[in-house]
Amino acid sequence: MKNKLIAALAMLLLVGTLRAQVASANKGVFLLTNATIETITKGVVKGSILIQDGKIAGLGANLIAPANAKVIDCSGLTLYPGLIDAGTKIGIGEISAVSVSNDFDEVGELAPQMQALTAVNPSSPAIAVTRVGGVTTALTVPGGSGRFPGTAALINLVGYTPDQMYTGFKGIVLEFPTSAGGNRFFDQRSDEDRKKDEEKAQKRLTDIWAQALLYSKIDSASAGNPSTKPQFNPEMAALMPVVRGQMTLLVEVDKAEDIESAIKWVQARKIKKVIFTGVSEGWRVADKLAKANIPVITGPVIDLPTRTSDRYDRPYANPGLMKKAGVKVAIRSNSTENARNLPFHAGFAAAYGMGREEALRAITIVPAELLGVADHLGSLEVGKSATLFASSGDPMEPRSQIVHVFIDGWQIPLDSRHIQLYQEFLKRSPGVDK
Amino acid sequence: MKKYFHFICLLLLSPLFLLAQSKTGSLLIKNGTVLTITKGNLSNTDVLIVDGKIKQIGANITAPAGVKTIDATGKFVMPGIIDAHSHIGIDAVNEASNPITSEVAVGDALNPMDIGIYRALAGGTTSSHAMHGSANAIGGQCQTIKHRYGTMNPEDLRMEGAPRTIKFALGENPKRVHGEGRGIQPRTRMGVEQVIRKGLDEARNYAAAVKKYQEEKKTNPNALPPTYNRRSEVLAGVLSGDILIHCHSYRADEILMMLNVCKDYGIKKITFQHVNEGFKVAPELAKFGASASVFADWWAYKFEVYYSTAYNAAILTKNGVLTSINSDSPDYIRHLYHEAAKTQRYGGLTDEEALALITINPAKQLGIENRVGSLEVGKEADVVIFDNHPLSIYAVPQVTIVDGIIRFDRQNDADDQRLEVDPIKAIATYSRAKHDVEDDRCLDGVFEINLDWFKNE
Repeated sequence: MKNKLIAALAMLLLVGTLRAQVASANKGVFLLTNATIETITKGVVKGSILIQDGKIAGLGANLIAPANAKVIDCSGLTLYPGLIDAGTKIGIGEISAVSVSNDFDEVGELAPQMQALTAVNPSSPAIAVTRVGGVTTALTVPGGSGRFPGTAALINLVGYTPDQMYTGFKGIVLEFPTSAGGNRFFDQRSDEDRKKDEEKAQKRLTDIWAQALLYSKIDSASAGNPSTKPQFNPEMAALMPVVRGQMTLLVEVDKAEDIESAIKWVQARKIKKVIFTGVSEGWRVADKLAKANIPVITGPVIDLPTRTSDRYDRPYANPGLMKKAGVKVAIRSNSTENARNLPFHAGFAAAYGMGREEALRAITIVPAELLGVADHLGSLEVGKSATLFASSGDPMEPRSQIVHVFIDGWQIPLDSRHIQLYQEFLKRSPGVDK
Repeated sequence: MKKYFHFICLLLLSPLFLLAQSKTGSLLIKNGTVLTITKGNLSNTDVLIVDGKIKQIGANITAPAGVKTIDATGKFVMPGIIDAHSHIGIDAVNEASNPITSEVAVGDALNPMDIGIYRALAGGTTSSHAMHGSANAIGGQCQTIKHRYGTMNPEDLRMEGAPRTIKFALGENPKRVHGEGRGIQPRTRMGVEQVIRKGLDEARNYAAAVKKYQEEKKTNPNALPPTYNRRSEVLAGVLSGDILIHCHSYRADEILMMLNVCKDYGIKKITFQHVNEGFKVAPELAKFGASASVFADWWAYKFEVYYSTAYNAAILTKNGVLTSINSDSPDYIRHLYHEAAKTQRYGGLTDEEALALITINPAKQLGIENRVGSLEVGKEADVVIFDNHPLSIYAVPQVTIVDGIIRFDRQNDADDQRLEVDPIKAIATYSRAKHDVEDDRCLDGVFEINLDWFKNE
């Protein structure tokens, strides 16, 4: 075991030294001209976008370039706001089969104080691989085995420190108790045992919440008198902003029956700032979600049905069916290294009933609104962050090429490990001869 | 009634039933845009299918009496998609009990009731290469199947006459299962090479002994045959070229190793599977004439795929390596057309190049290119009809046809397509198929034998 650990550590060191350097981003004044601009919130406009101080300083026809502006001709290109993947493990997950390379699954049932942002590795190669595809912003979410596995953070995919990358949202993750089975081999519990375990887990969750509420009340009551403060408990302290309704609770839940339980559980506690995530069987209980007015971040869309009796295309149709029932729906990839497929997940949702416009909103303005960052992300509007990209066509179409990317006004080099390997090996030199 | 029951039982058990010919059908597909793959694109064109074969492709074909017509106006008609690497339709994937298990065949464990076959059809995939897993350096024999979903007879899945194939596996998986898991060779890539060479040496000796016996028998009726050895007999078939190697591999060095092994044993045809670092040795692969069956964009799920690129298929194709895109997954087998489309974002392949990756190229890798993989007169009528161009994200497969029989129909199929229905629960139990690619289907069946080791991991 010890040898294995040393080998794994040695391997990680090797990874660090071998990592090719991706070129740096540039900041400045840019005028993107002759573009088609899909603003998302204010229709499609022909014209230019002026980028200054990291923000969209102007948008429309007849913009005059300031003297210091770098003009980029975007004839034939369409500009879109940077895509937001509201469910990934970017930066905190590296090589799934190498457990020591991963940082998303801390030990403990109760670990809400674990900060995803702390463990974000700004040099993870997945960051460049993702952003050159137009996915500029990602919610990175801890999870795996705990009930409260940690605090998720929204990051922009540019910067050399987690703080530079952070862009305005944190939420506490709750893996809602489930009666579903786990791994098909390791989990051989009977249906009855699973139900019992689920009930036990729900009761435990209810107790934790009650404790957190009590902790919060004592804390409030002792505001004027520090000597009566409750004994510091990092888990309870981390839950305090959620029980007080100041911070969003992200409830990971998939199975229809569990979604119904989660709705009841949330309503009984009058939790207002809540988003359900995953929600792969949302279509089964879409009316109930709509009635409860609980928004969802769903995905992956390109996925297998959850039951052998279900229609083959349910996962593709799920976002559209929920949307139709009146649920506010954002789409996520739930991936790490392939979050770049976010627009394709949205594309499948579009093709199977959601429609192109709503699917595009589900990876731009809707997640921005759900995460409370629509003031600076999610659409192309004057005053918002210059987080955007230019595409040769519909970004949900695989054949489209992403040709310019800006994040917070930083011009992102179209460079990544995948592109570098392509450049090096397309015409390998030397070839077969020495 | 009772005596009829016995009679029916007898009938069901009779060998005649097992040998029944797979059904074929006749259809006329009218007025579609026909993507033939090998002979260009034809607009407003009809495809006539008679008794499971393509009879005619052209304009204004009239349906023979009794033949159903499908209107494909505004739609795209292409050959059924072929997956050169899947694990659907089989009940067992890994015989992970020995580094060499050439004696076993997944074709002996066919399961026609796998809902995965229907789901594959719903993604336009009509044939697949049901493969043994990657636990062993030399794994079991694989089975090319046709997705004749609806049959209860396992034999109907087999694509009769398709060349025999076998799985080899290099790198981390055989190292983990045998070296780390069981404390026997191979634990290193050095060991993987020697395990393979030893197996092939034994097969060569066995084949020589069999040959010697056959010669001797002509003059000596008392000649003794060598002790029968199925493992070596199968590998002798690999040496003679009767059985094609499909070799699970990732890193450039192990690919080169296997090319050297092939050269040393006179093996001419090999398809490397996954082959994430194939792009690094594309000139060597092209020179040897080896082919590659890859993922569109999977990477970073294990260390040996950390230095991968989604441009792999494009680099291989542009270097002259026969390349296909496969699924290795009950999920991805449903959207190989989308996986192929990713080669347009990553490397700018043309429509023709991209579609070949999931049709005629995998057909060539499986040795079935004279029967399927393109729309040509005389070929088997495996066809899929899309509402949009299959490389568009908005493409939705509408109808999938195998041997002239409609096996998937988006408009008319009922939701529940299980052949094996639970009499108690109308809605099946929730079972979350893990989406993550690290849930490696190639290692299916290994958890059982290496349970203790996995728990310690």
